[in-house]
Formats: sequence, C-alpha cells, structure tokens
Amino acid sequence: MASQWNVYESFQALLQAGPYHLALEGVLVMCVLWLFTAKKKPSKMVRLTKKEEEDLLADWTPEPLVPQPPPLDHPNLHTRTVYGKAGQYVDLGTGQKLLNLATQSFLNMGERPEVEEAAVTCLHGYGVGSCGPRGFYGTTDVHLNLEERLAAFFNCEAAVLYSYGFSTSASAVPAYAKNGDIIYADECINFALQRGLQASRSRIVYFKHNDPDDLHRLLKEQAIADAKDQKRANATRKFLVVEGVYFNTGEVCALPELVVLRRQYKLRLFLDESVSFGTLGPHCRGITDHFNIPMTEVDLLMCSLELGAGGNGGFCVGTSFVVEHQRLSGLGYCFSASLPPMLAAASIKVVDILEEEGAGLVQQLQDTSTQMHRALTTLHTKVNITGAELSPIKHIRLNESSGDRQSDEAVLRQVVQKAEEYGVAVTVASYLSDREANAPQPSIRITVHKNLTDAQIDTARDALTHAFTDVLG
Amino acid sequence: MYLVTLLDGRNQNMVAHTEVSPQVSPEKILTAGECSKTRGSESVRSKGPDVLCEQNEIVNHKKSNHVAVAGSGTVPHPKKKSYKEEDCSLFVAFFTFLSYGVLLLVGYIKEFFVPVTTKEKNREEIELCSPFTNFTIYLSYGVLFFVGYVKEFFYPPSTKEKNREGYVPLYIGFESFYTRNVYRRIQDCWNRAICSVPGAEIDLMERYTPDYGWTIKHTGKTIRCINVGSYNYLGFAENKGPCHDAAEEVTREVGITTSSPRWELGTMEIHRKLESLVAEFLGVEDAITFGMGFATNVLNLPSLLGPGCLVLSDEFNHASLILGLRLSGATVKVFQHNNPEDLEKKLREAIVYGHSRTRRPWKKAVIVVEGIYSMEGSICDLPNLIRIKNKYKAYLYVDEAHSIGALGSHGGGVTDYYGVDPKEVDMHMGTFTKSFGAAGGYIAGSKDLINHLRVTSHAQVYAASMSPPVAQQIITSMVIIMGKDGSTEGRRRIQQLSRNVKYFRQRLRQMGFIVYGHDDSPVVPMILYLIPKISMFVRELTKRGVAGVGVGFPATKITGGRMRFCLSAAHTKEMLDKILKEVDEVGYLTASHYSREPKSQEPIEW
Repeated sequence: MASQWNVYESFQALLQAGPYHLALEGVLVMCVLWLFTAKKKPSKMVRLTKKEEEDLLADWTPEPLVPQPPPLDHPNLHTRTVYGKAGQYVDLGTGQKLLNLATQSFLNMGERPEVEEAAVTCLHGYGVGSCGPRGFYGTTDVHLNLEERLAAFFNCEAAVLYSYGFSTSASAVPAYAKNGDIIYADECINFALQRGLQASRSRIVYFKHNDPDDLHRLLKEQAIADAKDQKRANATRKFLVVEGVYFNTGEVCALPELVVLRRQYKLRLFLDESVSFGTLGPHCRGITDHFNIPMTEVDLLMCSLELGAGGNGGFCVGTSFVVEHQRLSGLGYCFSASLPPMLAAASIKVVDILEEEGAGLVQQLQDTSTQMHRALTTLHTKVNITGAELSPIKHIRLNESSGDRQSDEAVLRQVVQKAEEYGVAVTVASYLSDREANAPQPSIRITVHKNLTDAQIDTARDALTHAFTDVLG
Repeated sequence: MYLVTLLDGRNQNMVAHTEVSPQVSPEKILTAGECSKTRGSESVRSKGPDVLCEQNEIVNHKKSNHVAVAGSGTVPHPKKKSYKEEDCSLFVAFFTFLSYGVLLLVGYIKEFFVPVTTKEKNREEIELCSPFTNFTIYLSYGVLFFVGYVKEFFYPPSTKEKNREGYVPLYIGFESFYTRNVYRRIQDCWNRAICSVPGAEIDLMERYTPDYGWTIKHTGKTIRCINVGSYNYLGFAENKGPCHDAAEEVTREVGITTSSPRWELGTMEIHRKLESLVAEFLGVEDAITFGMGFATNVLNLPSLLGPGCLVLSDEFNHASLILGLRLSGATVKVFQHNNPEDLEKKLREAIVYGHSRTRRPWKKAVIVVEGIYSMEGSICDLPNLIRIKNKYKAYLYVDEAHSIGALGSHGGGVTDYYGVDPKEVDMHMGTFTKSFGAAGGYIAGSKDLINHLRVTSHAQVYAASMSPPVAQQIITSMVIIMGKDGSTEGRRRIQQLSRNVKYFRQRLRQMGFIVYGHDDSPVVPMILYLIPKISMFVRELTKRGVAGVGVGFPATKITGGRMRFCLSAAHTKEMLDKILKEVDEVGYLTASHYSREPKSQEPIEW
C-alpha cells in the first residue's frame, strides 16, 4: 500500500488525526520556523530611538587620523641621503667618501659590472615591470630560469620566487601554519618572520635565543600535554622557525642540535637564510652547507635576495611537495606582481658567480669578518660586540643601558655622526621597538664587506674608537 | 504538514477536497472552521473563500473604527461587529500575522532564486544567472568532485611526503583535494610563461602536459598573442623609448639595489625625487613609496589602525587589504560590494552601538575601498563614499592599484574621474605595477599622515628600499603622463585607453555576453560561469592568438567564473577587432552568450 500514498492521501490522513496531535504538530512547526527566523540578539541590546542615535552620532568625536604626528625633528624623518652608488665607499653628501659599513651587501655584488650588465641586457628585452602577478602572464622565462637555478644551487627540487624580501618569509610561514598549529621560534628572529608568525594565527612559543636546551624543555612540556589529549595532538602541526645567522644578533644558529630535536619531536623546520646565504658554507649555500646537514632535514628554506646576494626579492626552496603549495597559498606570491625581470636576471648572474667562485668568496668574507670582529672587540670599555666571529653582521651594544631606549639610541646616533666625521658610515640598527616581539637592545650594526682590506679595517676600528671615546668619554 | 499546506495559500483547494471527500468530518478542517462555527452564521463547507473575506472586513473595521467598508462586496453583519473583539481577536490576529508570514515567505523564496539587483545606480548592470545555469554550475563541481572521490578511492593520491613519516599532514584535506582534482585539470590556463616584454603583443611559451596536468613542460616554441592579460593600462611596458633609456642609465649609475632600508642608508636622491613627484601627480601634500604593492597595504595598515578602530571594508577588497587589516587588529565589518546604502547602514549602527565587546566608542572609523576592483571591473562610488565619510566623521582609504593612471582625463585615478578634490580622500594608496609598467606602491595624503608612516611603517624600517631603475621607470612614465616632458604623449595614451575601453565593452555587450563592471573601467570581466568553459575559452583563444585570463573559484564566487580582459593604450582598434572576433567565435563554441537583454545592432564607433 505504501507505494500508493500520494500527497492528497497523506493530507487526508492528516485531517483524520486528532486535534491534540495537530496542535502539537503545529507548535512543532512554529518552533522550527522560529528557530530559522529568530535572530540571535544579545539579550542586553537596547534599541535606540532615531533622536538618540542622531545625538550619539553628533556626540562621537573620533581621534584624528594621526593622533600624534611625529615631531618635525624626529631623527627618522631626516634620514641620510646616498648620492651615487653605495659600494665600498659611499657618498652621503658630506663632501667626503665614507667607508661603507652600513649597507648589507656583504659580497660586494653591486660592484660587479657583469651583474649590472645582465640586468641591462634583460631590460633591453623585457622592459622594467612585469605588469602582472605570476599567475596572469607575469611569469617570464627569466623567472623560471632563476627558480630552476636556485633549486639546483641548493640541491632541492623546487624554488619559488617572491618579489620582495620582506614578504618572502612573511608569506611563506602562514602558507603552512594555520590556526591551531604550534610554532616554536627563536626569540630573536627578524621582524619579517614575526609578521609571518602573526599572520598564521598559530600558537607561537618563543624559546631562548639560540638555546636548544630551552627548546627541548618546551617540547617536553608539550609532549606531556599531547599525551593527555592525543586526538588534538594528532591534528596539530608543529613548526620550528629559526634563522641561519640571526640578523638581530649576528649569532650562528645551532642547527645540528635543532635537527635532532626536529626528528625526535616531529617538527617541521623552517629556516630563514637571509644573512647566511652566500656567507656560510664551502658552497655558499648557507647554514646547512656550513654544518654539512643534508637539505632533506630542512622542510623549507626562506631567503631574501636583498642582503648578500645584492639583488631584490626573495625565494623559498625545498621539496616540490612543500614549495609548490606556495604557488596557490603564498599570499605575497599569488597576489603580487612578479619581480621585474631585469632584477631576476641580475640574480641569475649572482647565482652564476656563487657557483663559480663560491668557496673563495665565503672564505674571504669569513676571514674579513673574523678580522673585523677581533679589531672591534677592543673598541671601548663601555661597549661590547655581539655576533659570531665569522658572521658578517655584528652589533655593538652599550654595556650599561641608561634604561631608556630612546636615550640609548640618541647616544648611538651621536656615535654614528661622529664616525661619519672620521670617515666611516655605520648605522644604528633600526627597530620598531613597540612592534617587535622581543625588541633587541639598541645597537650599531656593523656590516662587513668581503672586499675590506686590512688598512680599511684599521680605519674602521680607529674611527669607531674615536667616535665612541668622543661620545662616551 | 498542516500549517505548511495552509501557508501555500491554498485554502480554496482544501475546501474543494473536503467537499469531494465526505468521510472527513467537518469539525476537523480548520481552526478557522471552528471559529466561524462559534459565530454560527454559515456551514463549514462553504467556508474557504468567505473566511478570507470576513477576515478582511474585520481587519478593515478595526482600522477604520467600525466604519463599514464596501470593499469586500458583502454587507457586514451587525452581530460580527458586536463580539468580534471577545471571540475572534485571537484567531484574527493569528491569521493576520499568518497572511503576512505567507507573503514574506513567498517573497524570501522568490528573491532567493531571483535576487533583486540594486546595482543600476552606479551604471553597472549586473545580469544575474538563471536558476538553471546556477544549477549547472554546482552540477559541474559536483561531477568533478564525484569523479575525484571515486578516483581517489581506488587510486589514493601518490603525492606523499618523503622523509616525514609519522608527521601530522602538512595540508588540509579538502584544499589539496581541490588542487588535485579541479585545479590540476585546468592549471595550464594559468602561470603561463612569456618570453617578451608584456606589451600589446607577447610571445607565449608553448606548453604541453604528458600526464593530464600533473606536470607541464615547455615545448620550446613560442606563440605570438595579443595580450589582454597584463595590467599594462597605459602601455608603459616597453623595451625601448624614454622609460627604458632612463632606467638603463640609472642602472649603470647607481646599480640595481640599495641593500638597506630607508631608515638606514637606503634613501637615495631618486627616492626623494619620486616621492615629491607622486605627491604632485596626485595633488596631495606628500607621498611615501615602497618596493612592493602588496606589501604597501600589508605593512602600512597596521601602522594606521589598531585595536579599537572600526574598519568598513568592501566585500571584494584585495587580499593585501584583507591581510593588512587582519594584522592591524582593527575590527572589520564587511559591506556589500559598492553599495553605499549598506555601508551607511553598517557604519551608522557600528558607531551608535560602539565596540561590540568593550562597549566603548570607536577610536576612529575608516572606510577601505578600491578604485577599480580587479575582478569585478567596477569603479567605486566615490562621491557617495565621501558624503558618508563626512557625515559620520570617518576616514577614507582608497586603494587605487588599478585605477591610478587608468582613470580620469589626467590619469589621476578615481578622484580625477569623478572630479573630486584629492584632499577629500584621506589616504591614497596605489601601485606602480600597472599603469606605470614598474613595480612598488605608494601611500599619499597629508603631511602628518606621511610623516607618521615614515617613522612607523614596517617597510621603512625592515625592507630594502625600491630598486633605483624601477624608481626611474615610474618617474619617467609619470612625467610623460603629466605632460611635463613637453609632449602630448601621455594625453594620447589616456585617450586611446579610454576609447579602447568604451569600444570593447560595448561591442562585447552587443555580441550578447554578460560583461560586469563600469563602462569606463579597463578591467573587463566577461561571465562564463562554468569552470570547463573558462579553461576552454582560455585554450581556444590562445590557439587563435589572444592571451586572456580566466578566473574561477576560489578567486571569485563559485557562481562567478569569468574571462577577464585588461585593455591597454597599446592596443589598436585592429587588435581589438581581432580579439572581439575570436571571442565571439569561441563564445559560440562554448555557448557563452548568456545575456538575455535586448541588444541594438547599430554599429559601434571606436
């Protein structure tokens, strides 16, 4: 019989049902309708009358767009201007050429005419801009070539190119780490990485600077928590984010210990090699090369091309399983115009140079860095120098801080000014101290260039000694 | 069940049914029946239509203070008047609400399937797709997913990670499923490589796939195509001419990089020159520039906004704006695309009721919109936005990534286009990638604003400053647009683009395609709806020598698959005619002439 039932008959059956049944059914239907239509309003919401609303609107005075415009004599409104090219020497318009210890081109790539020539040759073919993101005809064979070369340089399967150094690590991390994941990060990672961590919305756990033991402690704690909630642990990815050479301290990362922890606790190791690329390892490949750790230990290697490589943009390398994901999920990759081809062409030339003379370049830079480090240790009794000897980045910090960041910075700025008078261009490391997760102590950042001669190192030491003595007494 | 039938408004049918089925007892028909029985006037059987009549009367009586209304055609019964208040009020009230309910429900259902469009105000006619097309869109995804699931059931995906046994999977399941089963099949339509300047014509590198899209290889051959994919609005993507020469000179003079942020030693003369020129071009006090357009939004919005600030953001804002706002920590409310009424409503409500958690008033309110929306082709309704912003003391942030250079008789973007004083917009943002054929972005506005950014912007402190040849390309192209080089070349380009846009859009519409966006917008989205049509369109057009861009989910709504043409001043009329001819042919191949509006067949002048 069941197959004979149609709308009409079921309606008839409904009519035969008792009134209580119908009433109940009616109430149920109303409830369903109410559930669908009722809007969830906070119970304390009070609707205001039109008049009251108008009064409130008239009453509301927003703060100005810029509540506290910086004073016109703010030091960062009057940055120094570079005239001409910033090479071994730099012209800051003071009438004399200053020894450059400030720009981060460790390998002096800007002074290699072949790099410029490669850029200009590409300019003749492709113009300046790429006029589109990588997905929409912004990819040229130059980009593909550079990616291929970088992947081969690192012995990796794939590379992905970004058009801005900052956006490289800031986009790469949130492409993988999502809400609910855990990221273990060194407390001194650079600001771009911090932005990446923030954008990922994961739980961020900072461990003590370059201290694998502290990381191990944190991981053990987490392992205990995981054992209690296995289900959640099975859905939580864990990342470890470190730098090869820390931009903010100049220390070399203790990678071998971290690799052991990665294996033991199943972390995904994301390594920022912005400083170490081209400055460490017999093949210039950075920290993995330096410690002779195979690339398979690292999940993703992120690197800016704006420092040692003397170019623009940045890249990530790794297995194609990991890296290719960024082509759809790396926001800074998908939604940004691609790197101007001429700048990519210059970077290809840099890779050529690194492949050909890599070992020599690194050795020379490390020797110079060590020499500079030793020259600077006896600078002044009231300052100390941090960073590994072979790191091209060194920070000079005051032994005794006045307790106030701004006055420390003012003191250091005076030193910088004095140093200029003695013929050396250095810079106070710039930080947005209120935005940094762990703002580093104010410092003067010294960048060692590969081509520094012994005489120039002596000049630098003398100039800085005089400058510090003049200011600190 | 009972009520639902009632809601359908088929009271008459019900009565008819009761008449042909005598076994049903009259008492069980309706509460309405019982109610009228108490009135004791008529039998239940002929109740249906009359119930409504009487109810009308009663309602009318109520409203007109017992004055009889002749509308229903029956003379009101004096008895009814006397005790309707005691006896029928509950029922009547219920029925009144019910009838409204029915009306509203029918309305909701109708508008769910055929939404009312309010877009005409901004001269954007959006033709909506028919329910059938809608159905086919979901069907096509359904088929793709179904095939994918079946396939992966028998052949689980082989793209497993090496050396990471026992790890939590790196990717979320559905995302990679979508990539493998939908995107993979059509991925040859994107990420295509070119080996020439992205001008009016490009050399596309031919590719093939030996394994159904898993890998893509280059054949080594190139295809010459007309380029309607690049954002080369004013045609400054050139490998000869003044811009190229100047860029070359600067490269030789100062190199390609500064390797230092602006705060340290990354400020060159050329950067200062660029910033004052941008400020002059836009007609504002000052400007600040950055090396990447995307980063301009992402790294500066956090300096301008913070927790306690209210942001009204257009629903189709670019990913960089969304990310920047998220990083800023401000409260973001999204309003309907280009809909000033919705914006005003939401802004008003938010200001009146304050922060929804802390109940404190907002520090400030900022409206964030784009000049031209890159996927919709629409132009923001600037005059209304300014009216609203002034009325509610909000601030306005306009992202002119696509509109700067491409709109307005002087190329000055939306303010120029609408003839609005640039100072009415508090924060101008734009990029140099598009109209200027370079890279990077700017923010411009009052002196205070820019000074504030100079000391707080992340990009000033941590990112290397703009590459000098790129800066030079912007300077030279901007000088040409402004006519400061003494020629009329800039003017010519702007006019050429404007005529190209009008001609191309009108012709496409005339052919019967659905074209989104504003009539003057150089971004021309043409609706195709279905994913397979997008890929076929892109592939067929490439064969015929036209390089266009297809866009589908997730870049658009699921029902918004489209082709997008970006016009350029470098296109000639002959090129446009060729593109139109090919698009028309492929349109017939794929049955994509979706527009049902009547078209005039008058020839369109260039």
